[in-house]
Amino acid sequence: MARMAITLTVNGQVRSLDVEPDTPLLWAIRDTLGLTGTKFGCGVAACGACTVHINGKAERSCSIPVSAIEGASITTIEGLAANGALNRVQQAWLDQQVPQCGYCQSGMIMAVSALLAEKPHATDAEVDDAITNICRCGTFARIRKAIHSLAAVEAGGA
Amino acid sequence: MGKWTRRGFIGAGVLVGGGLVLGVTGAALSPARHGLREDDPENIGQLTTWILITPDNLVTVLVPHCEMGQGAQTALAMMAAEEMEADWKLVRVKEAPALDAYANAYIVRAFVNDVPGPFERGFDYGTYRLARWFGLQVTGGSMSVRGTGHHGMRVAGAAAREMLIGAAADMWDVDRGACAAGNSHVTAAALGRVATFGELAKAAARQPVPTHPALKGYKDYKIRRRPQQRFDLRSKVDGSAIYGIDFTTAGMLHAAVDIAPVFGGKLVSVDTTAAEMMPGVKKVVRLEEAVAVVADSYWRACNALAALKPQYDDAGHGAVSTASIFAAFDKSLGEVPSMPADAATVIKADYKVPFLPHATMEPMACTARVTGDKAEVWAGTQDPLNARKTAADALGISPENVQYTNLALGGGFGRKLPNYLDFVGISARIAKEMSPAPVKMIWSRETDMQHGYYRPAGMTRFAGALDASGRPIAMRSFYAGGGDRESTFMPYAVDDQKYAARDAEHPIRTGPWRSVLNSQHGFFKESFIDEMAHAAKKDPFEFRRELMTDHPRFKAVLERVAQMAGWGKPLPPREGRGIAICESFGSIVGQVAHVAVSPEGVLKVKDVYAVADCGDVVNTDTATAQVEGGVMFGLSAALLGAITIKDGKVEQSNFNDFQTMILKDAPSVHVDFIISGAHPGGLGEPAVPPIAAAVANAIFAAIGIRVRELPFKDARLAVAT
Repeated sequence: MARMAITLTVNGQVRSLDVEPDTPLLWAIRDTLGLTGTKFGCGVAACGACTVHINGKAERSCSIPVSAIEGASITTIEGLAANGALNRVQQAWLDQQVPQCGYCQSGMIMAVSALLAEKPHATDAEVDDAITNICRCGTFARIRKAIHSLAAVEAGGA
Repeated sequence: MGKWTRRGFIGAGVLVGGGLVLGVTGAALSPARHGLREDDPENIGQLTTWILITPDNLVTVLVPHCEMGQGAQTALAMMAAEEMEADWKLVRVKEAPALDAYANAYIVRAFVNDVPGPFERGFDYGTYRLARWFGLQVTGGSMSVRGTGHHGMRVAGAAAREMLIGAAADMWDVDRGACAAGNSHVTAAALGRVATFGELAKAAARQPVPTHPALKGYKDYKIRRRPQQRFDLRSKVDGSAIYGIDFTTAGMLHAAVDIAPVFGGKLVSVDTTAAEMMPGVKKVVRLEEAVAVVADSYWRACNALAALKPQYDDAGHGAVSTASIFAAFDKSLGEVPSMPADAATVIKADYKVPFLPHATMEPMACTARVTGDKAEVWAGTQDPLNARKTAADALGISPENVQYTNLALGGGFGRKLPNYLDFVGISARIAKEMSPAPVKMIWSRETDMQHGYYRPAGMTRFAGALDASGRPIAMRSFYAGGGDRESTFMPYAVDDQKYAARDAEHPIRTGPWRSVLNSQHGFFKESFIDEMAHAAKKDPFEFRRELMTDHPRFKAVLERVAQMAGWGKPLPPREGRGIAICESFGSIVGQVAHVAVSPEGVLKVKDVYAVADCGDVVNTDTATAQVEGGVMFGLSAALLGAITIKDGKVEQSNFNDFQTMILKDAPSVHVDFIISGAHPGGLGEPAVPPIAAAVANAIFAAIGIRVRELPFKDARLAVAT
């Protein structure tokens, strides 16, 4: 398969990538653009470590060829913090001291950010349906606590 | 055995630019004599730095342990800073480099202190453990805080404080007693004098090094026994942390690898023609047991690897299966252990547990560059020194010629311990073929899942006897799949106890999996004692408690966790509570699981209550996180986890067929600690062993079905129709 130029907007910047069209977005992000905050975990969209936002929706980048999303707007974990200030999901993760090894947490934070952007008052059942990322250290109790803290802020109108 | 008689192990020196370095002199332990070696404390070149104080008044603690999520680096810095009277806001932490001088002398020492009472006469036990840790810079065995921290960091911090006070006293020409340290300053209140640690550092470095500095009492703690934020977490929420897999360097090539699917198998043949024609491919590298494609991008390497059709032999293990392994276990276990003839009731039960993978979220990854007889290696491992040696051995060069850099670990759980670093060796061998280009090798999840060092599958054949009053008079078992005195130990006052190994060999690679032998034996022994309680028609909590007469710490933990969980309060139909308690790595953890089982047989673990007695707690928040994580890790395996073998190969390949817990499966976990003042125990592992039995016991309480084989997903829990 011949390489071709593919244009994407990544974290607000227009980037042209010269890669094979079947290259998964994950490897384009990590190896071509050098943004290593997005992690490889399984390669089959089963674990969620590679979750990024594509046009605002949480997607598993290991199983999406770049040719399928020509022109899309991508946000990675590096693009969440505007001017170095953590976004509220990242801040909640820090406040609750969620990460252990931390490897899955980029994907967790991306998945939760997208969910709460769409459903600011997500119920536990909606959270359970949407957040299917794997964490092997077992940080789930704190992930739920962090999500609750964000939902509570929304509910209180703060 | 192992009496440490010499204490001259702290040395100090002046830092370039004027500052204090404080640390351990040389390699502190001499294997031949089991004693500390005294090196010249003036010889700064030999100084293994643990604490730096720089003129800007920052304290940097160099920690000889990796950070894989357990929070040990932060905890060790807390232990040093507490004794120093440092201002916690002015403390930084750094991982020590892979140098011999950072080998685990203090871990070895903790092991000597920790040999449990019943084993003290067993010199072999002590030397076995000592030998295992010599020459290692390991992070494992739940040893960082109780080894390096308790025996090393505290003392180094206290020595630094005394030297800073000494420097101030000399400068102001007053008695040391007129000076006090606090918040990274030394003050002489009567004189109205104050100086920062940074200002005093250079003079402090010239003070004599106290070998027995006074250590603080817990009543004076300002930093410890509190929740402190981990140093590394900001980088783990903004994506900036660099794990082994993230390393990159100029001119780096990428390798994808395929390994013989049967353990011990060798590469027989592979046609490389097509792959070598593919875009970006630099070389197809044949290894003894594997084949790798090196290309200019990882994706191109993966595509070319997929085009190969390598043929491997099966090392004669092609007929091995899960069934054949358990059949061999069954045969070697033989007859049920005999029971006293005068027993009123005899209980017999077999228990089985499967192989389990570590399945760290970060698959095995390593970068290496070989130039002549030298190499540079980058990865995330639990033992930088063994990683260096593994690479050196693979290349046939001296470890001194390998520069190894440890990066963040995306999970460890035992997979990245010394002697299990096969991926580092493979990476080095691939890089040798591409010399002098640096090559980053990443295993696919499939390769990772099928080439682990699995938690051993195991099987136990238990028998127990009760007298006419329902009191246990004997408990005996035969076990296959590994075990030792720690993992089979039960804290119950039953005179006739005997647990014996009856192992059967198999070719599946096994290794230490978070809590080593304790996850399987925790399930066996705490399920069986529960069966004994029910056979005696007694409450499982009361039955255990009455037998803990010789073990007050166990009893206190058991009582606290039962109270937390509301033990004995009524529950709806098909809900139940189960209790279990295990000691491992010097800590006692008791757990109560509260489960519900639907009429269709769907198991839901609603709450887990956990109480730990690990002696003392350094960082209350990370300690709690370790117990939460241990419960989840053990529960994920107990509910869903199994590696099965067919035709000598691992059947599972990825997270779609090896299932793990996700958020919806996770119970609420309620954690408490008992500060008993006992010698510090570990926390990275001890919360894992009780959970499977706690859930099995809760299932029995809920629906009267006894599950004796893991994982629970394979158990039939539905109402019979």
